[in-house]
Amino acid sequence: MVEAAVAARGFDVSLTVGPGETVAVMGPNGAGKSTLLNVIAGLLQPDSGRSGLDGKTLFDLTEGRNQWTAPHRRGTALLAQEPLLFPHLSVLENVAFGPRSGGAARRAAAGSALHWLAEVEAADLRSRRPAELSGGQAQRVAVARALAAEPGLLLLDEPMAALDIHAAPLLRRLLRRVLAGRRAIIITHDALDALMLADRVIILEDGKISEEGPTRDVLQRPRSRFAAGLAGLNFVAGQITGHGLRAGALNLYGQHDDLPGPLPTGQPGVAVFPPSAVSIFLSEAHGSPRNSFAVTITDLEPHGDGIRVRAGEGGLLTADITTAAAADLGLAPGMQVYFVVKAGAVAIYPA
Amino acid sequence: MKHPLAAWAAAVLMVLTLAACAPAGQGGTNDDGAAGQRRTLTVFAAASLKGAFTELAGKFEAANPGTQITLSFAGSADLVTQISQGAPADVFASADARNMAKLADQGLVDGEPRDFATNTLAIAVPAGNPAGIKSFGDLARQGVKVVVCASQVPCGAATTTIEQETGAALKPVSEESSVTDVLGKVSSGEADAGLVYVTDARSAGATVEQVPFPEAAKAVNTYPLAAVKGAGNKPAADAFVAFVLGAEGQAVLAAAGFGAP
Amino acid sequence: MTPPTFKARRPATYTGIPGWIYAVAAAGALLVVLPLVGMVARVNWARFIPLVTSESSLAALGLSLRTSAASTVLCIVLGVPLALVLARGSFRGQRVLRSLVLLPLVLPPVVGGIALLYTFGRQGLLGRTLEVAGIQIAFSTTAVVLAQTFVALPFLVVSLEGALRTAGPKYEAVAATLGASPSTVLRRVTLPLVLPGLASGAVLSFARSLGEFGATLTFAGSLQGVTRTLPLEIYLQRETDAEAAVALSLVLVAVAVAVVALAYRGSGMVGREITTTTAPARGGDVR
Repeated sequence: MVEAAVAARGFDVSLTVGPGETVAVMGPNGAGKSTLLNVIAGLLQPDSGRSGLDGKTLFDLTEGRNQWTAPHRRGTALLAQEPLLFPHLSVLENVAFGPRSGGAARRAAAGSALHWLAEVEAADLRSRRPAELSGGQAQRVAVARALAAEPGLLLLDEPMAALDIHAAPLLRRLLRRVLAGRRAIIITHDALDALMLADRVIILEDGKISEEGPTRDVLQRPRSRFAAGLAGLNFVAGQITGHGLRAGALNLYGQHDDLPGPLPTGQPGVAVFPPSAVSIFLSEAHGSPRNSFAVTITDLEPHGDGIRVRAGEGGLLTADITTAAAADLGLAPGMQVYFVVKAGAVAIYPA
Repeated sequence: MKHPLAAWAAAVLMVLTLAACAPAGQGGTNDDGAAGQRRTLTVFAAASLKGAFTELAGKFEAANPGTQITLSFAGSADLVTQISQGAPADVFASADARNMAKLADQGLVDGEPRDFATNTLAIAVPAGNPAGIKSFGDLARQGVKVVVCASQVPCGAATTTIEQETGAALKPVSEESSVTDVLGKVSSGEADAGLVYVTDARSAGATVEQVPFPEAAKAVNTYPLAAVKGAGNKPAADAFVAFVLGAEGQAVLAAAGFGAP
Repeated sequence: MTPPTFKARRPATYTGIPGWIYAVAAAGALLVVLPLVGMVARVNWARFIPLVTSESSLAALGLSLRTSAASTVLCIVLGVPLALVLARGSFRGQRVLRSLVLLPLVLPPVVGGIALLYTFGRQGLLGRTLEVAGIQIAFSTTAVVLAQTFVALPFLVVSLEGALRTAGPKYEAVAATLGASPSTVLRRVTLPLVLPGLASGAVLSFARSLGEFGATLTFAGSLQGVTRTLPLEIYLQRETDAEAAVALSLVLVAVAVAVVALAYRGSGMVGREITTTTAPARGGDVR
């Protein structure tokens, strides 16, 4: 359980992580994700708030109280983007560092370190120095080191971000195994990490939680532009109308079959649709059930085998079309075109 | 301006000498010569002569218009080293015969060195004389912190002589390499007493008091001076040596506490 | 102008150093090296051994080595906490404290000696209290060590603070989250990480202590076996026996060169090892 505010960073977050639950924290750069972890780990003191873990107060800075537990007494091991293995210690000594600090005897600590090294499939690296490891190996050892400290809460700050594309999948599989049934908070930019590793996802924007829920739900029915971006969906926020959603001059028809009952007309709602469902025409196309709206192309960029066309204000609407189609249409930034989406491809639901 | 004619003569003589000595290519610098031109005389003197020689130089300059004296004070041994390494000295005034002999051995002394002053040791004590030092014998008392010069430097050699003559054995807490350092320890009150020259104690001002002692007569230090060989300004150098030995020079030295040679 | 000798050994990779820089650099190197050569040329080798093994020389050398070792230990004991506080702490007056600690670097040693005299001397700030307690510092070997520590401490603080800043607080933060108390972090992480910086700082301090002259002369005095260190002995020998002074100077230079060489070799070795684990992997580790 954490409630914390850091005025200087405009940070104000409240969150609870259940036992055995892994929560993914996602959000744009500068949203305060690392601040959250640092506050929990005790590396940053918030202005106010409180937090507890397994009946222990991590900090209580609410009115009239001033309780603060030092980082080393919290049981919140932090695994950062960089492995940060102690360069002067061997791999085994690195992993044994936590148990040793916890008061374990040398032999017991080494035994525990060997167990966790085996757990991350790195037992054969035990006598190496960190400088002799690849990035992926080092990060696996760092995982073992964090786990060997037997933290009540494991904090992972983009553990895959500094790895190359070959090493990341291996570590992801490994984390999936060791995080199962373990209380952890993981910061990630990757929807795949959230899906594979987390039970629940929290979207943090501008120091505040903008959205949270089970990972599948958030990615399927994003209620924030950031979550929609993660899920690779176009996102339009507006007001629910009798037949769909209105956002300014834009009227969208869509479906809400999977929601029980009628939509609450007049309430704020969102519409999402995949870029691949968007076709581009040079003139307005009619006929139901279709949405057609005029936009100005802002950018063209390669995307998979085809082309992603960004249009509208800030390039927020996207369409994925084939390269051939883009060539036929002679698309270029600045052109006015029509984005056409079948109503069946647009999902509308309350915000 | 007591002797305008003599000054004139000296000046003319100097110009002629220099013109003769100067390499051909540099002759042009003397074209505007005569009385208005300033001639420099460089005097290297032992540090203990600082007060007296500064005053002497002023008087000499007044008596010899057109001559400017540059003074350089340091330990005698330092000065000998500097001169033998080519420092441009015209006159060397040493605090002891030994250093003068060193310079003479290198063939750098022009003529015979002349003794011009003597100096004796005195006991220097901090203002108020906290340890109550009254005699040389008091210095050997238990618990009295005495600072002396190391035997390698003139004032230390004098100290050793007195010790040998009197049979008293001092147990100094420090053997400094210069009089200044001895005085520093005394004036700051770190030491109860120090053995320095009468003239040094006198120039140290109000922070140091002087206790004269008869045994000092056992080690009288003689100061010689001489023109340096190859002096750029030999006549002026000789004139300065004569001035120091003359009545006016001796009066200044006596006032500073030096004894007659 | 480009000296042909440098042109002949063109480095394998582009260095971007203009040719004339080498000429100026050579002049700079000569300015340091030539006087040493000049001194060595003056050594009377026939008398060298007797001169440097005379009783007073050995006493001075022994005293210098002992006091420099003691002041280096003192520098480490006092300087490590100072560097830690300056590099990691944040408090009011931190910048002022740093400037003050570094002051002996730019202060003439004589000034340091005078300052020490009026602090630890008989009439000084603490001296009176110490004297009442039966401790007399003036004219003792302790005074020498104090003077040396005074001038050498900044060297240790500067190198160590630099090393601490370069290492950054990341490793300490990770160690803390692994359950290590601040003292454990200091002992098992911080100090081992900055060991090269600490070692070179200690060596510099030792070398500076060895060369200390002005403050010792002003504050401690000069007595064989008690306060007359090698530089003071050289200064004194010069009064009577220039050859002895030159011979002893050569000994001092040799000791200093050995110490500095040791430091660079040592820090070079540890320095390589510390090239951190943060470099991204190249080949990955697919198996």
